[in-house]
Amino acid sequence: MTHTNKRIFINKLVMTLSTLSALIGIGFLFWILYVLVANGVDALSTTIFTQEGAPPGYDESGLKHALIGQLYIVGYATIIGVPLGILAGTYLSEYGGKSKLSETIRDISDIMMSAPSIVIGAFVYAIVVAPMGHFSGWAGSIALTIIMLPIILRTTDDMLQLVPSTLREAAFALGAPKYKVIMQVVYRGAKAGILTGILLGVARVAGETAPLLFTSFNDNFLNTDMMEPMASLTVTMYNYATSPYEDWQRLGWAAAFILSMFILSLNILGRLFIMKKKS
Amino acid sequence: MSLVLDKLFANVTKVIAIAILLLVAWIFTVLFDHSLVSMEAFGFDFISETKWAPNLEKFGALPAIYGSVLSTFLAMLLAVPVAIGVAIFLSELAPARLKSPVGVSIELLAAIPSVIYGMWGLFYFVPIIRDAVGGIGISMLTAGIVLSIMILPFMAAVTRDAMNTTPDILKESAYALGGTKWDVIKDIVIPYAKAGIIGSFILALGRAIGETMAVTFVMGNVHKISADITQPATSIPVTLANEFTEADTDLYYSSLFELSLLLLVISFTIISIAKFYFLRRKRVA
Repeated sequence: MTHTNKRIFINKLVMTLSTLSALIGIGFLFWILYVLVANGVDALSTTIFTQEGAPPGYDESGLKHALIGQLYIVGYATIIGVPLGILAGTYLSEYGGKSKLSETIRDISDIMMSAPSIVIGAFVYAIVVAPMGHFSGWAGSIALTIIMLPIILRTTDDMLQLVPSTLREAAFALGAPKYKVIMQVVYRGAKAGILTGILLGVARVAGETAPLLFTSFNDNFLNTDMMEPMASLTVTMYNYATSPYEDWQRLGWAAAFILSMFILSLNILGRLFIMKKKS
Repeated sequence: MSLVLDKLFANVTKVIAIAILLLVAWIFTVLFDHSLVSMEAFGFDFISETKWAPNLEKFGALPAIYGSVLSTFLAMLLAVPVAIGVAIFLSELAPARLKSPVGVSIELLAAIPSVIYGMWGLFYFVPIIRDAVGGIGISMLTAGIVLSIMILPFMAAVTRDAMNTTPDILKESAYALGGTKWDVIKDIVIPYAKAGIIGSFILALGRAIGETMAVTFVMGNVHKISADITQPATSIPVTLANEFTEADTDLYYSSLFELSLLLLVISFTIISIAKFYFLRRKRVA
C-alpha cells in the first residue's frame, strides 16, 4: 500500500468509526427519549392531575400531590434564588469588575455549579431539618435555592457585561445616578439574557432529586404546608419506580414524562429568547 | 436622596455577593463539624477501613470510595471515545443541515434530569445486563454504563464547542497542503483544542463522581469491595441517598456527614483542576 493510499484508508476508517460512535451515542439517547415518551404517554390520564397518591392497587390514584408539591418547592426556591442571584451578579458586573473579590466569587460559583447536589442536601439537613426535628418543604426549597444561586449569578454577570458601556455612559451623561443606570438601562438591555438564565436555572433545579431526598422528603398525600414534609415529582418518581407495584411504576413514568417535558420546554424557551436577541 | 439610594444599592449587591462566598465556607464548616464524632472515633482509618456495618457501629468508607472511583472510571472509559466520535461528527463531518438539529438535541438531552437516566437504567438496562452476564443485573458494570450515557451529552457538547474554536483558516491551510480530514483533525483541531477538550473531560469526571440518581437505581448499595464488576456495589452518593434517612445513632449520622465532606472535597478538587489548569479564561459551561 502506498503512503497516500494508507492515509486515505486511515482517514476513511476513522471517519467511519466516528460516524458509528455518533450513531451509537445518539441511538442510546433517542432510546431513552423514546422510552420516556412511550411509557409517559401510555400512563397519562386525567386522574393523574386530579387525584392524590393512593396505596398500590387503587384505581383512583394520581400525582396531584407531587405536582403541587413540586410547584411549591421549586416556586419558593425561584422566588428566593432569582433576586439574590441577580443582585449578586449585578455586583460582579457593575461594581466588582475584575477585582480579586469578584474573580474569586466567579470561580467559586463556577465550581459550585458542578458540585454534587446530594452534598447540598446533607448541608441543609444539618442546618434546617435537624434543628427543626423533621423534614419540611422549606428545607427542600432552601437546598434548591443554594443550587440555583450560582447559575443565576453567573448568567446575570455574563449578560450584564454584554451591555455596551456606551449605553451606561449615555445615561450617566444625563445625570442619572448609578443605581438608576443599572435598573433602567443595564437591566433593560440584558433582559432577554437574564430571563434565559432564570429559565435555565429553574429547569436545572426542577430536575434535582438527590438534594430533596432528605430535606423535603416525601408525602403520598396533598400537603401545602411548607413546614411539613412535601412531595415532589422527582422524589415521588424515585419512590414509585423502585416500588414493586406496577401501577406505582406507571405513575412514576407519568411523572418522568411531565417533568421532562416541563424542563425541555423551559430550555427551548430560553434558547428562543437568546436567538431573538441575536437576530 | 438618590445618593443614599445609590450607596444602598451598591452595598446591598456587595453584601449578597460576599454572602455567596460565606455560604460555601459555611457548607464546608457545617459538614466538618458534623463529621467530628466520626473523625474522633475512626481517624484516618475511616478511609482505609473496608467494613461498613451500622449494626456493629463500624464505619469504613473504602467500599464507597472504591465504588465511586471504579464506576466513574468505567463511565469515562466508555464515554470518552464515544464523546470524541460524536464531537468529530458534529464539528467536522456532519452535513450542515444535520449539524444544528443533532447538536441541539444533544444539548437538550444534557438537560434531562439524571433521575430519568436512572429509571431507564433500572427498567430497560438492568434486564439486558442480567441476560448478558447473569446475576441480578444490578451491578457496578450497570452503574458505569448508565453513568457513561448520562454524561455523554454534556461531554459531547463541550468537546464539540472546544473543537469549534479552531479557526477555519488553520484547517483550510492544512487541507490546502493535501491533508485528509483525519490529518486535519489529529494535527490541527485536536492540538488546538487540547486544553479545552481535556478540561471538559475532567469537568465531566467531576460531575460523574458526585452523580447520585443515575446510579442509585442500578448499583445496589452493597458495601463490599469486589474486583468482579458484575456484582452489586456502592458509591459515596449511593450510600448517602440510601442511608441518610436511616441513620439512627450519632456515629452513623456523623459517618455519613464525613462521607459527604469527602465527596465535596474530591469533586471540588477535580473541578478546580479542570477549571484552573485547563479552562482558564474560558467560561465553564
